[in-house]
Amino acid sequence: MNGKKTLYVCLGVFALMLANAASKADPQPAKPPLAPVQVNIDNFSFSPATLTVAPGTTVTWTNRDDIPHTVVSDDKTTFKSKVLDTDDTFAFTFSKPGTYDYFCSVHPKMTGKVIVQ
Amino acid sequence: MTHKINDELVVEHNRDGIDRRGFLKCMAWAGTGTLCVMQGGILKSYALSQFDESNRAPMAGDLYFAQISDSHMGFNKPANTDVVSTLKAAVDKINALPAQPDFLLHTGDISHLAKPEEFDTVDQILKSAVAKDVFFVPGEHDVIGDDGKQYLERYGKGSQGDGWYSFDKKGVHFVGLVNVMNLKAGGLGTLGPDQLAWLAKDVAALGSSTPVVVFAHIPLWSVYPEWGWGTEDSAQALALLKRFGSVTVLNGHIHQTMQKVEGAVTFHTAASTAFPQPEPGKAESPGPMKVPAEQLRQMLGITDVNFVRGKQALAIVDTKLG
Repeated sequence: MNGKKTLYVCLGVFALMLANAASKADPQPAKPPLAPVQVNIDNFSFSPATLTVAPGTTVTWTNRDDIPHTVVSDDKTTFKSKVLDTDDTFAFTFSKPGTYDYFCSVHPKMTGKVIVQ
Repeated sequence: MTHKINDELVVEHNRDGIDRRGFLKCMAWAGTGTLCVMQGGILKSYALSQFDESNRAPMAGDLYFAQISDSHMGFNKPANTDVVSTLKAAVDKINALPAQPDFLLHTGDISHLAKPEEFDTVDQILKSAVAKDVFFVPGEHDVIGDDGKQYLERYGKGSQGDGWYSFDKKGVHFVGLVNVMNLKAGGLGTLGPDQLAWLAKDVAALGSSTPVVVFAHIPLWSVYPEWGWGTEDSAQALALLKRFGSVTVLNGHIHQTMQKVEGAVTFHTAASTAFPQPEPGKAESPGPMKVPAEQLRQMLGITDVNFVRGKQALAIVDTKLG
C-alpha cells in the first residue's frame, strides 16, 4: 500500500478501537444487585460495629437483644428507624459514598459506623 | 449478692460533723435492700430485714411519699413475663405500708415501647393505690418514636419544655427533671441549657433551709458511664442546689438500689418493678438480668421516703417485693 492508504487504514483501525472502547464505557443498565449486608444488634451493641460497603448496598439491622433499640444516623435525618423490638428489622440503602456514623437513640452509648466506598 | 453492713457505723466527726468512714462503707451496692439514714451528720445503716412491716416504727414524719420506677409495661421476655403482676404487687406493698404515703413518684420507664395500651395499663393499676396523686418523669422508653409527644399529652400538664416541673408539699420543694430527651451519640443523659436555666429561676427565691427533692429517670451522678448510667450536665444542676441544707436526688433507670451521700446531698436509685439489671460492670451489658423465678421479687421493689422537719436528711427505705 502507499503511505496515504496506510495512514487511513491506521486511522480507521484506531477509530474503531476508540469506538469499541467508548461503547464499553457506556453505562450498563442491567448491573447485578449488590448482596444485602446484615448488622446484628445484641447485648447493647451493633455487630459489626464498623462496616464497609459499596455504594448501592442495602444494610439490614436485626435486633436480637431482649431490649428495644433504634438505628439513627448521628445527624438524626439521614436515616432513622422506628423502635425495633426483638426480631424487628430496619433496612437502609446507602447510595452515596461517605462515612455514616449512627447510634441507638434510646441507649446512646451504642454506636456504629457504615463506610460507603 | 448480699451485703451485710454493721448497724451503727463508726461515728467519726470532722469539723463539719460528717461521718466520712461510715459514708464510704455505706456506698456499697444496696441490691438486696439497705437503708442508709443520715441524721445530723451521723450515718446509720440497717439491713433491710430489720425493717419488715412487723417491727417498723410508724411513720411519724411531716411528709411521707413513695417512689416506684421502671415498670416497663409491655416487657414480656424471660427476665419477667408478667410485669403486670409485679407492678400490682408493688402497689399492694405500698398500700400495706404502716402509714399511707401522701403521694407517689414514678421515676420513669413507665412503658416499655411507649405504646398507648402500655401507658393505659399502668394508669389502671395505679388507680388501686390508696395514694391518689402520682407525679411522673419520663424514662427513655417513654419517649421512643414520638419525641415524647404521648408522654407529654398524658403526664405533662403544667410542665415546661420536655416535661420538667416543680411543686411544693408541706414546705418541701420537689423538682421533676427530664434527662432522656435529645440524647446524642455516645452520650449520657442530658438536661440541656433550657432546663438548667429554668431550674436556676425555679429555686432562686427559695430559702436555703428549704428541703429540696429532685427526681429524674437517669441517675444525676456518675454511676457507670460505660453503660450510660449518668447525666453529662448534672454537675450544673447540682451547683444550683449547692446552697441548700438538704437535697435528695431520687432516680431510676439502673433497676437496682444504690445510694451515695455527698455533703448535704443524698443520691438514691430505686429498684424496678419489672426486672433487675446487673451491677455495674458485672455483665456484658446492662440488659434485663434473668434470675430464678423464686428470686425475682426479691430483686424488685418500692421505696418510701420520710421527711421529719428539723432533720437534715430524708429517711429513705427500700422494700423488696418478695
